[in-house]
Amino acid sequence: MTEDEWTAVRLSLLVATTATAASLPLGVAVAWLLARGRFWGKSLLDTLVHLPLIMPPVVTGYLLLLTFGRRTPVGAFLADELGIVFSFRWTGAALACAVMGFPLLVRAVRLSIEAVDSRLESAAGTLGANPPWVFATITLPLSLPGVIAGAILCFAKAMGEFGATITFVSNIPGETQTLPSLIYTLTQVPGGDAGALRLTLISIAISMLALLGSELLARRIGARQVTT
Amino acid sequence: MSLEIDIDHAREHFQLTARFSSAPGLTALFGRSGSGKSTLIDIIGGLIRPTRGRVAIDGQVLVDTERGIFVPKHRRRIGYVFQDSRLFPHLSVRHNLLYGRWFVRESAGPSSDLASVVELLGIGSLLDRRPDSLSGGERQRVAIGRALFAHPRLLLMDEPLASLDEARRVEILPYVERLRDEAGVPIVYVSHSVAEVARLATTVVILTDGKVTAVGPVLDILPMADAGDAGGVLDATVARHDEAFQLTVLASAAGELQVPRLAAPVGSPVRTYIRARDVMISLRPPEEISALNVLPGRITAIVPSSNGAQADVRLDCNGTALMARLTAKSVQRLALAPGRPVFAVIKSVSFERS
Repeated sequence: MTEDEWTAVRLSLLVATTATAASLPLGVAVAWLLARGRFWGKSLLDTLVHLPLIMPPVVTGYLLLLTFGRRTPVGAFLADELGIVFSFRWTGAALACAVMGFPLLVRAVRLSIEAVDSRLESAAGTLGANPPWVFATITLPLSLPGVIAGAILCFAKAMGEFGATITFVSNIPGETQTLPSLIYTLTQVPGGDAGALRLTLISIAISMLALLGSELLARRIGARQVTT
Repeated sequence: MSLEIDIDHAREHFQLTARFSSAPGLTALFGRSGSGKSTLIDIIGGLIRPTRGRVAIDGQVLVDTERGIFVPKHRRRIGYVFQDSRLFPHLSVRHNLLYGRWFVRESAGPSSDLASVVELLGIGSLLDRRPDSLSGGERQRVAIGRALFAHPRLLLMDEPLASLDEARRVEILPYVERLRDEAGVPIVYVSHSVAEVARLATTVVILTDGKVTAVGPVLDILPMADAGDAGGVLDATVARHDEAFQLTVLASAAGELQVPRLAAPVGSPVRTYIRARDVMISLRPPEEISALNVLPGRITAIVPSSNGAQADVRLDCNGTALMARLTAKSVQRLALAPGRPVFAVIKSVSFERS
């Protein structure tokens, strides 16, 4: 493997991990709102969350560019006030991956929260637990297999994300050139086939490892808690 | 403890109106299914917000729709034992029991200690088990313990025995009695079983089609209940055991009763429920009859059934209200009328220790 290929693999792992970690808390919160909340605009929120899933990735990437680009109001504010720059940085790739993986995460978590018996939650309430405590001690532990599944889906999506990433932050080696971007680049140059094939195999291996890990984790948790 | 209820709750095709206040001890909400008793207990527990009205415990207002007060369930300190126990499947029995303790404020006073509650409910051997490995009866006892640990000022029990078979019910009932007598927590108990109510209740609230039709001490109210299994409640104490015939002799104001052998020790109080259909009436003391129990009394009222074929004859046996269900023909043949002295005849085998 060449140095470029290693760099791309490392970068992809960093981007996918960051994207998953960043979208997990927000994703669980939104999933809970959609599963248990009753408020005005719920279906609007639902649609908004699902947009990245149904829009062409290039469109999502372009919208990110329009929103978080260095010269846009939001981009300028984040850069000047908070020192966070997304455009043409690996952080931007992570943001694109997080947005793309978000609907998958929310769907999985929402389904598993909906499957938690709400009568258990009201029982916890009668024992003195306020809603945040009920969530932390009853809802979240009981929906943990779904949360893990959602996180793995999000991670896998982030590892493979291409369209939105390349549109938003381009394809800069060492900064935003993730594994799929490099595979794409290699297929465009003469003699790049061997490298593309190597990276393809690595990509498959990482995906399978992630899936296997989540299965094992979910099984261990499932064995600990059998719902009655 | 005093619980004051004055609420109206409207749901589709159903209207619940309840106004009563309850005394210490165990208050039974009694009625058929669909009479609104579960809705009422959910309103007390804060699981349902009534359309209009007021709920207060010891003067503290929990719900007052006019003043816009609604104390959420986690701040009411009202324990709730559900019909389906609702133990947390991901926690061990021990952690289920201790769950409510996290939220008990110090100012609430000393909470019951683990050992005594575990002993009271006989669940010591279950502490490290998971809820899914428990039997129905064990689950309900753990659920009762869990509610007690949250240091409630009132305990709600919504048909806690309904999902259990007869053997498991017999297993749990003594624990509920001990709870009422020893734990000192007032209880509101929902049931549609006359037998359970007769045995456990201090006060009875009868609900019929969403309305409170009677409130009062169990001995006065239960004989009036419009239940399929009408009858009378008799308070007695165990006088002695007849080991040779496997019988127990009970002493009551109405006279001595012989019933199938009870496990209770001599001197302990026992409340029995005598179904109207198990009582015969005789004008003279019967001789050479198999039934072992003959109680002298006086007829207080005769209530014919709606189709006139049967009648419930209400009796006063030295202060105890009993009831006999007879055919209209028997009533006429014996010329029964209020005020007439008669003898109530009850077969020993018909007793179920209700």
